[in-house]
Amino acid sequence: MVGIISYGGHIPRLRLNRGIIYGSNAWMAPGLIGSAGGERSVANWDEDSLTMAVEAARDCIGGFDKQAIDAAYLASVSFPFKDRLNSGIMASALNLEESVEAADFSASLRAGASALLAGLNAVRSGDYRNVLVAAGDRRITKMAYLHELWAGDGAAALLLGSDNVIAEFKGSATITDDFVDHYHGEGFQFDYNWEERWIKDEGFLKIAPKAIKKLLDKTGVSGADISKFVMPCVFGKVPHQIAKAFEMPKEAVQDSMFAVCGDTGTAHATVMLVSALETAQPGDKILMASFGQGCTAVLFEVTDAIKNLSARNGISGSLVDRKEDQNYMKFLSHRGLLQQDWGIRAETNWKTALSTLYRNKKMILGMVGGKCTKCGTSQFPKADVCVNPECKSINTQEDCEFANIPGEIMSYTSDLLTYTLDPPAHYGMITFENGGRGMFDFTDYENGKIEVGLPVRMVFRIRNIDHQRGFTQYFWKAKPMIKQEEAQNG
Amino acid sequence: MADGIKDKVVILGMGCTKFGERWDCGPEQLMVEAFEECIQDAGIDRNEIQAAWFGQCYDEIGTGKGAPGLAISLRLPYIPVTRVENYCATGTEAFRGAVYAVASGACDIALAQGMEKLKDTGYGGLPAIDGVNSGTLPGQTLPNISAPGAFAQLASAYRAKHNVKYEDLKRAIAQVSVKSHENGVKNPKAHLRKPVTIEQVMASPIIADPLGLFDCCGVSDGSACAIVTTPDIAKGLGKKDLVSVKALQLAVSNGEEQGYKEWDGSYFATTRQASKRAYKEAGIENPREEISMFEVHDCFSITEFVTYEDLYISPEGGGIKDVMDGFYNADGQIPCQIDGGLKCFGHPIGASGLRMLYEMYLQLHGRAGERQLNDPKIGLTHNLGGFPFANVNAISIIGRYD
Repeated sequence: MVGIISYGGHIPRLRLNRGIIYGSNAWMAPGLIGSAGGERSVANWDEDSLTMAVEAARDCIGGFDKQAIDAAYLASVSFPFKDRLNSGIMASALNLEESVEAADFSASLRAGASALLAGLNAVRSGDYRNVLVAAGDRRITKMAYLHELWAGDGAAALLLGSDNVIAEFKGSATITDDFVDHYHGEGFQFDYNWEERWIKDEGFLKIAPKAIKKLLDKTGVSGADISKFVMPCVFGKVPHQIAKAFEMPKEAVQDSMFAVCGDTGTAHATVMLVSALETAQPGDKILMASFGQGCTAVLFEVTDAIKNLSARNGISGSLVDRKEDQNYMKFLSHRGLLQQDWGIRAETNWKTALSTLYRNKKMILGMVGGKCTKCGTSQFPKADVCVNPECKSINTQEDCEFANIPGEIMSYTSDLLTYTLDPPAHYGMITFENGGRGMFDFTDYENGKIEVGLPVRMVFRIRNIDHQRGFTQYFWKAKPMIKQEEAQNG
Repeated sequence: MADGIKDKVVILGMGCTKFGERWDCGPEQLMVEAFEECIQDAGIDRNEIQAAWFGQCYDEIGTGKGAPGLAISLRLPYIPVTRVENYCATGTEAFRGAVYAVASGACDIALAQGMEKLKDTGYGGLPAIDGVNSGTLPGQTLPNISAPGAFAQLASAYRAKHNVKYEDLKRAIAQVSVKSHENGVKNPKAHLRKPVTIEQVMASPIIADPLGLFDCCGVSDGSACAIVTTPDIAKGLGKKDLVSVKALQLAVSNGEEQGYKEWDGSYFATTRQASKRAYKEAGIENPREEISMFEVHDCFSITEFVTYEDLYISPEGGGIKDVMDGFYNADGQIPCQIDGGLKCFGHPIGASGLRMLYEMYLQLHGRAGERQLNDPKIGLTHNLGGFPFANVNAISIIGRYD
């Protein structure tokens, strides 16, 4: 049996009420009101498609043997790098084996489904044991465009394999059709979109049914048998119309998450699929249809093993970790859409020495430190000489992963002088359970709610963006684990 | 077995510029201004200087790399000149180089000069660290730590350790600044010369919590220098009431603070090591009783505050009581920052250590004017450069040569 063996999700913590976007733009785009309900998810300034995918992937592979992951696929249309293997960075962040086959899938919102199919086929072929498939997007639109309201930021991940399958892969069908509802041309900052009515009537409603029919015919399953129909579509009625046409049960149509998150682009089919799995029962048949220059439809059947999968944060968990930020100017600023005076301090040179990065790849990207085999001291970073003053042995350290080790704040400040896109900068000394410590930036914190002793979780984030050279630099930051009710009161 | 530096070297002369926003001066003018005073004080010809040490931290906004910046400015006679840089201990390092050279017998008379021209960056505060000036690896991992942000963290850890309320520590460190301003008012070479109240300090805008603007030292241009020689040569030149070097100690972090488990973030591990060694070298058994006055590295009020304890002058956890009792005031038991400190002088990095020594030197000679203390015998200076978790600590003790 081949299929999904685990899942994970990450919807960023910040949420922007669409009414704020509408209110700021109504003077020139009053028509936005039709889409102004609910809220959209917003990546923090230090999150992008890659970091969100890493977070979803960490959620997904927790408790599984990383050495059995033979491939790591990543899908996005908002990759930080056009020519540097983004999935390779993800593999480093997850500290996967060097022998992993990492590959990027892009250039269509359907790329998430393509990555999933590639992974399923690779496992089915017997070549690969487990395949990690992640997708994330942080799509940046012009101000006052409908997609600014419709879109959300987020990521999801699936682990595929053939043991303890929680959702069996029953088959897939694809239609490829160069239907250009929107495109993103080389050298351009934004998408260009065609008329919505045409996209809906000629695109979604004609192309998706072809793929779904092909899949149902191929697998011998009828629409009435479908328990969960996963189909991202910014036109809310479309999935219902298609479900009805195939005589699927009304309740099978999965929520598009428009009210709480928005459409996460390349990731959204996976995001909705993970969401469906979170409530799935053994025997459920899940049909996922992903649209984009055609349509890919995939059928899964949930197994008894889903009851045995240990708890994940998932999509539902990350939706609970929610912080309203109703500052539209800040939203625009963090997405690079405003020209502001950040002062001369912001002119600093963030050139990354690539040779240094490569030498220290495990430390910087993978949060891998050392553990002395002689005295047992855990330390970050790994060093040639043990930091324990009673030991100081040379070349005795083995790799020690710190990313998932709980930490707590030893000292901190909030700094209004130093340059950051989200002042004041918060950082401090973090001590890790069982040894090791370091000075780290904080992220996703509540201003004024930091204290010595507060527990933190390390997260993979953007550290700096070198705009002079187009290089996004990543490192790990400490996310204070404050209780949700406290966050909301703040 | 080495017996230390005590009384092997004396200060022949010292000079110090007016510190401040010296918009009209470049590094060269600043160095000449301090040197003119110094060479006159020493009463020698510049050609008698046999070696020089030049302290400059930010060469990128100063004279550039290397030692020619000093040699050219002063037209030194093709002698050995060495540029040193060791964070905020840079000025003291220049002094140490010159003193050690004389003590070794390698030369008779040596010059130590420190200088920093900070006000050519276009913004307030010290130059920001970035991806290319802080090492290629730290540039990829350390937060964009500002100086106040680095030191502000001492406060969070100190409060946690000693169970001190935010407001109580905030008030105590405010008093640190108030005390220094009281002294700076009386110093014509200081940059900031206005008294401030505890309320003003506490209400000043936050820079890096809990440090407000008035918890931070000024940012200034300046230079200071010393000419040193042996006691015998000084006597031969007719000098009386000599001031000699009693101790020069340095302690540098080795990564334990930021990597091992002992350090709790509330103090400077280096200062505790260096001060113990310095007291031993100078023959001081009880610093709280034997030190007449001291200048500590008050880049920020919290730095000075925890240093009282790290120098074993205030008992651990006893800093608040001492500072609020006026123990460190000009009329207190051990005046601290009698010249106004970094708080009023600002902190041209390379100059600061020598500027501190300059005040101790003036006081020991009874030449400190309005600020003159009654019969001081031993003065201590302290520099702390870098970050609380990884730093360079320098301690100098000078006093009367008996």
